[in-house]
Amino acid sequence: MGSMGHRLLSGNEAVAQAALDMGVGFGAGYPGTPSTEILENFSALGGRAEWSPNEKVALEVALGASFAGARALATMKHVGLNVAADPLFTAAYTGVRGALVIVSADDPGMASSQNEQDNRRYAVAAGVPMLEPSDSQDAYDMTAEAIEISERWRIPVLLRMTTRVCHSKTRVERRRTPTPPPATSFVRDVKRLVMIPAYARPAHVRLRATLAEIAQWGEACALNRVIAGERKLGIIASGISAIHAQEAAPGATVLKLGLTHPLPIEKARRFAQSVERCVVVEEGDPCLADALRAAGIAVEAKAEAFRFGELSVARIRKLLKGDTSPGFRAPPGKPPQLCPGCPHRLTFEILRKLNCIVSGDIGCYTLGVLPPFEAMDTCVCMGAGITVGLGLRHALPPEQARRVVSVIGDSTFVHSGITGLVEMVYNPPKTGHVVIILDNATTAMTGLQEHPGTGRRLDATPAHPISFEALARALGVPRVRVVDLAKESEAYEGIVAESLAAEALTVLVARRPCILALKKNKE
Amino acid sequence: MSHRITNIVVAGLGGQGVLTATDLLAEVLHRAGHDVKKSELKGMSQRGGSVTSDVRFGRVVHSPMVPDHEADFLVILSPDQVEPNRHHLRAGGVMIVPDIIDESRLSNRRTLNVALLGALSAHLEAAAPEAVWIETMRALLPERILAANLEAFAAGRASAKGAG
Repeated sequence: MGSMGHRLLSGNEAVAQAALDMGVGFGAGYPGTPSTEILENFSALGGRAEWSPNEKVALEVALGASFAGARALATMKHVGLNVAADPLFTAAYTGVRGALVIVSADDPGMASSQNEQDNRRYAVAAGVPMLEPSDSQDAYDMTAEAIEISERWRIPVLLRMTTRVCHSKTRVERRRTPTPPPATSFVRDVKRLVMIPAYARPAHVRLRATLAEIAQWGEACALNRVIAGERKLGIIASGISAIHAQEAAPGATVLKLGLTHPLPIEKARRFAQSVERCVVVEEGDPCLADALRAAGIAVEAKAEAFRFGELSVARIRKLLKGDTSPGFRAPPGKPPQLCPGCPHRLTFEILRKLNCIVSGDIGCYTLGVLPPFEAMDTCVCMGAGITVGLGLRHALPPEQARRVVSVIGDSTFVHSGITGLVEMVYNPPKTGHVVIILDNATTAMTGLQEHPGTGRRLDATPAHPISFEALARALGVPRVRVVDLAKESEAYEGIVAESLAAEALTVLVARRPCILALKKNKE
Repeated sequence: MSHRITNIVVAGLGGQGVLTATDLLAEVLHRAGHDVKKSELKGMSQRGGSVTSDVRFGRVVHSPMVPDHEADFLVILSPDQVEPNRHHLRAGGVMIVPDIIDESRLSNRRTLNVALLGALSAHLEAAAPEAVWIETMRALLPERILAANLEAFAAGRASAKGAG
């Protein structure tokens, strides 16, 4: 049988398996499609994993573990790395003592995201190496390689996945012999680990020297390899694009890049010279093409039309022909909706009825923007539900400002709503404000993950549940009211109307568990 | 022929078990010795929206996504998903729709996904014998729903064979 020694794994499962096999002793992250299953699988396999309140916290905790000598993993979706960017940039200076691999799971095409930013930019901006797996075998192998690179050069490494790599299942051979997590200990090293300007200046110089060394190593390493073909067409690609390209142009010679930062410039130069026509095939921004052209390498870049959305075999065939016609458009499917019986439904029915201006946030409840509710007016990023609502209240004429309501989910509130509440108390709008925390006791959108308010950790062991209402009161919010939607659904509309009329700072915690979570917890 | 890739698309609505179906299908083909790739788009899939998932198998599979108009088989779990997904099918491809199953014969309506896999299995006889399907379902499905799914699989398989 062809399956001997192979298993069919998703990219996310493969990362988890490799992390376990490589002795990763600590994993932290915040749920986010398409990255969520990495830590869930790592935990299920016996790894030590936690959900952090947000990605910045996750990365910092993982960094601390690596300072102790552990091999650590931090996972997040692409926009999560924005939240974690602050520690990332300085972690590049401090470096690590054990190993630190940061998974950035990008979502070209926005299957479940608010933008399609290309996080290959972060590797360049922060100055950290980046590996890009193309399938689940790569995800396994490159997770292991990333840990080795991190440990050898004492530098954090970004492992950039995309939706198709994370969620596709392909064959994986478990090539590494499992090793237990290395022993940890504290070694005082202030010149490396305390980034005052006097120590940070040499740290930056050290970082650039390290990157130059890695670039040298990358020229010959097996992560970047040529798949032989005809001289007529050469393709330079990484990630899922490299796989699609082999099918779209079966005869072509392909330079498949696994290490995309630092780039193996000389290898690429020789490759481009060895073929008659050299095309860079990449999803998202023209990162590779720009870098290669800046180095004076004659490559063709894709047309601007291919910056948008996912690539596919069909789109790469067109890209290679320079055909930018819109082509076949699949008919629209049925959009997702709030589940029948979803506790969020009532909130949006009421907000619509009361003609509110609704500053929304990220989660299932963003679906409140669609019919039949059409009761959401803004949605930008995690936490902005509260703060954009405050800005609207500050700037709008009073008769409109009084209609502004912020809605935010429980997990999102913990992620980055708390500082918004502090802002509200510190800089209150003249008309007051109303924040509704939609507390369904789970991170529903990403598949029912635990968070600091649920009373359970990632592995379902009990944890102290933080209380949103106690937190709001402690911050000094004058009107804090829990609405138990199971018992007070009749009174809810009156409570919202009364809160709007009060023109005072108000936090309503609209509480009722997600129906899907109830089912899952029963099982 | 041996180099040809077989393309299958399964489509339905969130909560119908599209992804469970392609997990099973991909594992069956893997166990039967093929190179297999499975792709899916989830995220908001539990919220009742359209969900599709692709399975491709053959000697060597590159892309995990079935190109438009190249599906050999299109398995539809919800009748309203026929039109939004018809474009996946190649000319002469086979569409398997829920009508072929007498739902009153299923002891659990949630096994429709596996019943339709049963129908598909009759078309994939050469690629994966029935025994591999049974073995895979036993390995992947939880004990408490196994019997209902084996029964649904048999019903679907019989309906496809009956239809010739």
